Amino acid sequence: MKDFICSRIKKIKPSGIRRLFDIANEIPDVISLGVGEPDFDTPWHVREEGIYALQKGRTFYTSNSGLPELREEICKNVKRKYGLYYDSNNEAVVTIGGSEAIDIALRALIDPGDEIVYPEPCFVSYQPCILLSDGVPVPIELNAETEFRLTPEKLERAITEKTKALLISYPSNPTGAIMEREDLEKIAEVVRRHDIMVISDEIYSELSYKGPHVSIANMPGMQERTILINGFSKAYAMTGWRLGYALAPAHIMEYMLKIHQFAIMSAPTVSQYAAVSALRDGDKDIEVMKESYDQRRRFLMEAFREMGLPCFEPYGAFYVFPDISEFGMSSEEFCTALLKAENVAVVPGSAFGECGDRHVRISYAYSIDTLKEAMKRLGRFVQELRERPRQ
Amino acid sequence: MESEIRKKIIGIIERDARLNAGEIAAMLGLDAEETASEIRAMEKEGIICGYHAFVNWDKTDDDKISALIELKVTPQRGNGFDRIAEKIYQYPEVESLYLMSGGYDFTVILKRATMKEIAAFVSSKLAVIDEVQSTATHIVLVRYKDHGTSFIEPRRDMRMVVTP
Ligand SMILES: Cc1ncc(COP(=O)(O)O)c(C=O)c1O
Repeated sequence: MKDFICSRIKKIKPSGIRRLFDIANEIPDVISLGVGEPDFDTPWHVREEGIYALQKGRTFYTSNSGLPELREEICKNVKRKYGLYYDSNNEAVVTIGGSEAIDIALRALIDPGDEIVYPEPCFVSYQPCILLSDGVPVPIELNAETEFRLTPEKLERAITEKTKALLISYPSNPTGAIMEREDLEKIAEVVRRHDIMVISDEIYSELSYKGPHVSIANMPGMQERTILINGFSKAYAMTGWRLGYALAPAHIMEYMLKIHQFAIMSAPTVSQYAAVSALRDGDKDIEVMKESYDQRRRFLMEAFREMGLPCFEPYGAFYVFPDISEFGMSSEEFCTALLKAENVAVVPGSAFGECGDRHVRISYAYSIDTLKEAMKRLGRFVQELRERPRQ
Repeated sequence: MESEIRKKIIGIIERDARLNAGEIAAMLGLDAEETASEIRAMEKEGIICGYHAFVNWDKTDDDKISALIELKVTPQRGNGFDRIAEKIYQYPEVESLYLMSGGYDFTVILKRATMKEIAAFVSSKLAVIDEVQSTATHIVLVRYKDHGTSFIEPRRDMRMVVTP
């Protein structure tokens, strides 16, 4: 039989996370600091609402762009929190997680050969999604020196005539980096001058520990050239509900909606009803979870200081991204060795782009108890590496 | 509770008393020495009154039971309920004692004991106190949740080991 698989998908490398998962999964009692999702349960009032929706038989398709009342709540929420006004009738779409929103945003913008610039290390789906749209991924390598913030100089250098859009995500997975207003202002200036679009994945916006999150859409003249992506997974501990959204000017949303309409139809109905409750009554839940993450974040930073592991202080999401370059190993070697020696799973920085190879991603979506034990083991491991004679 | 700092320290200790001052300080971004002295001060002032393990006895082979008693009393002139309360809480059999608003006056929660011991305590110790008008004894059948912790299903991490 001939090979029927298209070349486009063959070009895409398998995920580096997958490899580690396969090893870690074999080890019983592994302490994992490897997940990218909250450890909290979805707040009960949200689950209740989902159960109620099922009980009432609300199990039909919703309108393509999502339940009107959910779209209204989304727009209200974005206005209340970030001061941005969107029309819930024609500037919002409810998607299957932020993941789908990223995909349809890229598909709506990319003509074959268009370049999408994006900072690396970054979320694993950006490059594959760009490639699936026949776009050209143009990563911008960031490092700890600039606390993994995108600088206007670096952006300027990456932009060409073919650049269609900048794709950014702050607070960042995997680095935990944030961008503050001054940082965003400078980026916005470059974006406007070169007349490109921005896709801003702000899925971690609620988890920002150094003052309130600022959206790039908030910079002067930027809302008209920004596709704003957010969702329920991280803020409300709702990963398995598969629900997110995109907001964009109507003339862009029209086309994103077209893709969504034909590829997806509509997001899960039960999840949409539950999400209404999350937005209406979830502020308190977010506050409690955020406080807890922040405590763990500080706890880990202190643990790194004690073991002498360099790590810039991240102010967002639930990741820390310590530097392991002193050990002369690739991040994948480091993670594999740590897993074998101490049964602790963390994710190699290279899984998020080559320039992440000096780092590992450690998630603090775990109880302090777990983190305590894991840091004890990591400390021991690091000590042993340092005492080991160099080959 | 005077300061924000104290509130935060207590918020953490109340959930996990095994964390030491250094760890709590790290979590709150405070100085370790300062945190330790705040904790000592709160112990002295009786704000932090003890550190106990939290046990689900239903999982052991111990088959004692827990009782909750509603008491109606006649308050005394001069010292109101306090004197009566003292007569009750001095008994080692009493685990907790609360003065209530509403239909009755005191909630007495007894330490786990056998049915016989509970009956004896109520009839010969509590009911005979002069000011006690009536008692209603309730036996706990199932403890679903206590101290903010569900007893029914221990929380299990159901996430996959590694995800993006
Ligand atoms: C940066 C970033 N964007 C998007 C997503 C997708 O989240 P979801 O599809 O669950 O909304 C994730 C999940 O890990 C993420 O880290």
